[in-house]
Amino acid sequence: MLKELFQQEFSKMVAVISSLFGLQHIEIAEDIVSETFLQAAETWGIKGLPPNPTAWLYTVAKQKTLYHFRRNKLFEKKIIPALTTQQDQVVAMNEDLFSQENIKDSQLQMLFAICDPAIASEAQIGLALRVLCGFGIDEIAEAFLTNKETINKRLFRAKERLRESNVKMQLPPVTEIDKRLDNVLHIIYLLFNEGYYSKTQNQILQKELCFEAMHLGLLLTEWERTNRPKTNALMALMCFHASRFHARQASEETLILYEQQDEALWDSSLISQGQLFLDLSMQGAELSSYHIEARIASWHCIKEDSPEKWADILQLYDQLLLINYSPSVALNRTYALYKVKGAQEALKEAEKLKLENNHFYFLLLGELYKSVDPEKARSGFERAYELARTQPEKQGIKEKMGGLDRAAPIKKGRPD
Amino acid sequence: MKEFMLLFRQPDYDSRQLSPKEMQDLAKKWQDWAGGIAAQGKLASNGPRLSFEGKVLKAGGVITDGPFVEIKEKLGSFIIIKAESLEEATTLAHGCPALDSGGSVEIRPILHY
Repeated sequence: MLKELFQQEFSKMVAVISSLFGLQHIEIAEDIVSETFLQAAETWGIKGLPPNPTAWLYTVAKQKTLYHFRRNKLFEKKIIPALTTQQDQVVAMNEDLFSQENIKDSQLQMLFAICDPAIASEAQIGLALRVLCGFGIDEIAEAFLTNKETINKRLFRAKERLRESNVKMQLPPVTEIDKRLDNVLHIIYLLFNEGYYSKTQNQILQKELCFEAMHLGLLLTEWERTNRPKTNALMALMCFHASRFHARQASEETLILYEQQDEALWDSSLISQGQLFLDLSMQGAELSSYHIEARIASWHCIKEDSPEKWADILQLYDQLLLINYSPSVALNRTYALYKVKGAQEALKEAEKLKLENNHFYFLLLGELYKSVDPEKARSGFERAYELARTQPEKQGIKEKMGGLDRAAPIKKGRPD
Repeated sequence: MKEFMLLFRQPDYDSRQLSPKEMQDLAKKWQDWAGGIAAQGKLASNGPRLSFEGKVLKAGGVITDGPFVEIKEKLGSFIIIKAESLEEATTLAHGCPALDSGGSVEIRPILHY
């Protein structure tokens, strides 16, 4: 109960309080909200759950905010004589601080602030997880396979950059929204990927990461100015991928490859939700990489292979490469080429890629050589095994090598 | 049966470091501990709860914001329990979650006269 409430309310409350104190004092907001939850833990433990827990949290947080604010004001009064803007905020304090409207506005402002390109760094994702998604420090550490100390340091640096760059909690002006939205969408996309292809093997955490990313995307679709075709395209993409969550994992240790997944476990409501977002993304002339990726992902929600499916996917990957080259796109494109034109054609292209440190590359080479040259297939798999970083991946590659020995029917190896 | 007040004191630790899961576990610990006392029919009152912040008035009219800086432990809250003796009351105080965070429980008989 408290855990769910924390995940739901922490980021809202931090956003609202930060908009009062200013982003440079984001730690005060975090402290107030954390203390509120700490107090809830003790009080609810002894007294039982209040009738409306969320209202309880808001009331206590408001009381603490007021207390900190007065103390802060007293302090600043001695140093800085007049702080008119803060006095305005005191007036705002007396009205409904945690109204739905105020929460939503503050969350959007915070979203734009945290995704500000001025603070772009590895720490940005960490800060987003903490401030926008309400993850605990230890959870973030687990997601990044590191320790709390490292995460604390990163968050500290990210907050320092917020201050140095003088990032403000305000929505960008209309003329800049489109450009700034790109940054926000990109961070949401990275958050989702962090969960979907997570280093951690904690499945619950992976799912929470993905759903939090989707939640932020949803927030953007609810505001007219950010409800753009590309926003909907990203939502579609995330829905399609998320639909396979249950199907792709057998246990903590084993990932089930796309080809072996049980379609019955795919979440059909998420697929149709994705389709809805995909339709909405088609309005307007804009074509973002999210559009293309969403369309590829929508094809993967249809299990049967058809010439049409792979021809379209190949074309989509070609388009994607033009907008946004990355080694993994190039690899996926080569796989699509194999499905359309066969191993020989795909091998010609694959040999040109030369991604010497990428285990997916050697996995693909192994696959493609299987029917052509089993010895080369083996050396591809062996190299992939050496380069693979996680146990489930290594296990999957080992099975493929075993498959070569038994000369078993070809199993395709696109991990998904 | 006599009545005893249990006062919890806890160090002012960094609540920001607690994860959602740890918050939940903490709530459960308080619940289990207080519930255990109540189940024996020995919980007289679960008392009013105190907010963490406050002011301290000292001799000479000195007012400070909260006890946070001056002492390491701050008074949390209190409950009133029923027990035959101070020894029994102390036994019931065992397992109080305030102890987990390096805090303490003070057990004081209530005077009814």
